[in-house]
This record gives sequence, structure tokens and C-alpha cells, in this order.
Amino acid sequence: MNAGNKLFYWKRWSTSIAGYLFISPWLLGFFLLTAWPMIQSFYYSFTDYVLLDSPRWLGFGNYTKMFTDDPKFIGSLKVTLLFVSFSVPLKLAFALLVAMLLNRNLKGMSVYRTIIYFPSLIGASVAVSILWSNIFGMDGLLNQLLGFLSIEGKSWIGNPDTALGTLVLLVVWQFGSSMVIFLAGLKQIPVELYEAASMDGARAISRFFRITLPMLSPVILFNLVLQTIGSFQMFTQAYIVTKGGPIDSTYMFALYLYEKAFARLEMGYASAMAWVFLLLMGAVTALVFASSERWVFYESEGGK
Amino acid sequence: MVSFKSLRYHLILIAFSFVMIYPVIWWLAAVFKPDAEMASANLLPKHPTFNNFTQGWNALSGYSFTHFYLNTFGLIAGVLFTTIVSNSLVAFGFARISFPLRNFWFAIVLITLMLPTQVTLVPQYVMFNHFGWVDTYLPFIVPHALAGGVGGTFFIFLLVQFIRGLPRELDEAAKVDGCSLFGIYWRIVLPLLKPALATVAIFCFLWNWDDFFGHLIYLNSVEKYTVGLALKMFIDSQSSTPWGQLFAMALVSVMPATVLFFFAQRQLVEGIATTGLKG
Repeated sequence: MNAGNKLFYWKRWSTSIAGYLFISPWLLGFFLLTAWPMIQSFYYSFTDYVLLDSPRWLGFGNYTKMFTDDPKFIGSLKVTLLFVSFSVPLKLAFALLVAMLLNRNLKGMSVYRTIIYFPSLIGASVAVSILWSNIFGMDGLLNQLLGFLSIEGKSWIGNPDTALGTLVLLVVWQFGSSMVIFLAGLKQIPVELYEAASMDGARAISRFFRITLPMLSPVILFNLVLQTIGSFQMFTQAYIVTKGGPIDSTYMFALYLYEKAFARLEMGYASAMAWVFLLLMGAVTALVFASSERWVFYESEGGK
Repeated sequence: MVSFKSLRYHLILIAFSFVMIYPVIWWLAAVFKPDAEMASANLLPKHPTFNNFTQGWNALSGYSFTHFYLNTFGLIAGVLFTTIVSNSLVAFGFARISFPLRNFWFAIVLITLMLPTQVTLVPQYVMFNHFGWVDTYLPFIVPHALAGGVGGTFFIFLLVQFIRGLPRELDEAAKVDGCSLFGIYWRIVLPLLKPALATVAIFCFLWNWDDFFGHLIYLNSVEKYTVGLALKMFIDSQSSTPWGQLFAMALVSVMPATVLFFFAQRQLVEGIATTGLKG
């Protein structure tokens, strides 16, 4: 090997080493805080591990118990699925509608956008959960307003039929980040498409279904996946506003996981729950992606 | 001249914005109401008072809210600093240096972006507990120092996208002048990265401020409590909820986010829109 070659190899080596040095914080974090914990969690899920006690092998014990002998677990899955399937479509529909309202070049648009976005900014906080638990309580804002119309209110949070609805409403109220993403997507649709359609005499409704929706479908898919994943994991609002009650009507999966792992320290069982949860979320996300082949329109493929 | 059509348009938007923001307006008014007026339907307080703030601030025995704010700001300062340092280094590595398996590792970054935290929650807790880190701020700061934590992988992605948009000629010129890779990172990329780092800092602040679940599981002693935990304790500590005080304290707790939002609105909205879309 001559000197030039040596230098070349040395340069390549040193660049590779430098690259790994630069990403080393993440790499270390990935192995220590993601990969290794996942392996451990998988192992724990087959044991009866309780914190401070050494784990004992159970085989599929936790998993069979979950599905045959734990109505609370099944209940929490049902509540979570119900919550996701109402909150996500409502939130996205609302976000799209408002994004279309705001997609005009008029004076003062940024003021409206700021006001409408504001609830989403403070959304996930304990503070807003406190506000919400008062608004929908017995003496809360909603019943005061209904009082003006001489309608007798009830405690919306204390009633198992409406409690989950108040949580859905809370997250729908915070449609801001989806709206901002829709707005950016709407701005990228070429105006010529609408002009051509108008010239051909297309009405607003058919322009919406034939231009806006197809052109926006990749963004809709993105928002749908993002919101579904987020919605599955909702914790703070349910923990503060309804505490899972009344009669477990808002007892979401994340609440149950919290109770098992950190109130009862049943780490083995909680790990098994987390894996079932991951599979469920993965399955739902995969379903969304699979269905997207039918409804997402990609311009670069020239449509389908 | 305002046409009739745009006037109608503004009216619709004003009405809609009003409905959206009404709960917040009502909240703003409620903090000045004495308890006796809480259940009345009036928006504005008849006998406005500032007591809710003064009493609420000291309502929890042992510590005033000053303590909880200092805790939270301290925690977030640590998290912000480590996030900025480690994420910018990692993003530079992914965006500008070619090394074996780079695409493989970056694909893993994208996969972990989707991974729900619940799966690693239990073993992480067991590990941190073993290290004696429970009831300290290390379970928040260490993951961020390793480019993880709340939003960590998202920030890597965001910064990589931004660095890829910077002209490569600058790097090449610096290389010709004998600049090392670290020199390119430190002297060229980092200064240009400021707007993206500002976006990262804003999101990092907001998300950590609201990371109630993380604070709930790792912080047990009131001395270490953050503002969110203190509010939760406030709800639990009284048998009949003092709504006025609770509302006042809740309002103060969203002030940092609100102030940040109004100062950096453009950055925030563009951050969501552009990085969100590229995902």
C-alpha cells in the first residue's frame, strides 16, 4: 500500500469514527433507554415481577389473565378504543373545516389564527383539566349557560353517559396543531386547479370533494396517524378531570397501566399490558396505512 | 373598502373565535371572583378581588408556589441545555458526515419516533430506581442529554432536516481551509442552526412543562414537586374545592407558555407546519 492509499483509508476511518462520535449520545441513549428496556420489558411481561422482589417466570400467565380474568383491563381497552374512534375523526374534521375558513388572504387572519390556536397551546396542562372539570361540573359554566335557556343541567362529569363525551370535547377543542398542518397543506394546492374547476362550472362542494380532499389526502393521513397515536396515550386529562370514573366510564388504558405499575408496583403485569397496547396501536396504525392506499392521492404517481 | 362578502366572512370568524375562546375569557374573569360568586352566571365579578392569587399562592402548607416555580424552571433549564447540546451534535452527525450504517441508524431514529413511551416505561423506572434517581431530576435530564426524553427523537429529525437545507459549499470551503469536523459544527453549522434551535427550545419547554405523567411517577416528595404536581396536590388537599384560588393558580401556571407563544408565534406555527409536513 502506498502512502496516498494509506492516507485515503485513514481519512475514511477517521471520518467514520467522527460520525459515530457525533451521534454517540443518541446511540448510547438508544441502547440504554430504548433497546435494552424493551428487551427487559418483554422478559418482565412473562414474570410476576413486583418491584423489590426478584421476578418469577410465569410463561403466558399475565397475558391469559388479562384477557380471561381481568374485566378492568378489557373495560379500559374498550373505553380507549371508543375514545380514539370518536375524538380523532371529530378533531380532524373540525381542524380541516377551520383551516379552510382561515385559508384566505384577508386582513386580520393571523389574529383569528392566534385566538383559535390558543386552547391547543395550553391543552395538555393540568390547568386546563382543572378548568374543564369546573365547566362541566354541577355548578359549572355549561349549566349556568343552560340556566339562561331554563334548561336544568346535570353534572356532566359525574354521569357515566356523558363523562367520556366531556373528554372528547376537551381534546377536540384543541385541534390547533392539526389545523396548522392542514393550513400549510392547503396553501400548497395550486390555485390554478380551483380556477380551472370554476371555469368548468364546478360548485364549491364538488371542488371540495374533487380537488381539496384528494390534494390534501397525504396530509390527512399524516394527521390521522399522529392523532391516533396521541389519542391512544391520553392520560393527564382523564386522570385530573374524571379520575377514570364514574363507574370506570373514562378509565383509559394509560390510567390502568399507571395504577398497575406505580400504585401497585406490579411491574410484570404492567409490562405485559404495555406490549398488548403496543400491538393494538401498531395494528390500528397498520390498518390506517393499509387503507390509505385506497384514499391517499400522490401527485407524483399521477394519481391512480 | 370592505366588501359585503368579506364582512360576512369576518363576522363568521369573529363568532367562531369567540366560542372557541369563551372558556378562557370566563376563566380570566373567574380568578377575580370571590367564592360566593363562583356559581353565579355573571361573566364579570361583582366584587372583584385579588385574594385568590394571594391566598392560592400560599395555600399549600410547607411551600409556596414560588418554590414549585423555581423547581420547574430549574428542571427545564437543565433539560433545555442538554437537549440543545446533544441534539445539535447528533443531528450534525446524521446530516453532514457519511459513516457506515448511517441510513440504518437514521431509520431507527424514525421508528423510535413512533414508539409509545409505555413500552419502555416500566424497565426505565426500575433502572432509574436502581440507580437511586427516583425523586431527583436525573430521570428527566439524563435522557435529554442522550438526545432522548420528551420529544428528543423528534428534535433530531427536525434539526437534521434543517441542516440538510443549509448550503454544503460552506462546509467544503471550511474543509479546504483546514477546519476539522468539529470546527465545521461549531463555527459554521451551529450559528446557522439558531432559528431551528429556537424552535426546538420552544417545543422542549412547552412539552416538559406539561410532562405531568413523567413528573408524577418520578417525583414523590413535595419538596421536589413541579407546578403541575403542586396543582394536583392543591385539588386533592381540600375537601371542598376552592375554585377561585385553584383557577388563579392554574392561570399563573399557563402564563410562561402564553408569553412564549406570543413572542415566538411565527416560529412555533412554522415549526409545526413545516416539520410536521415533512414527517
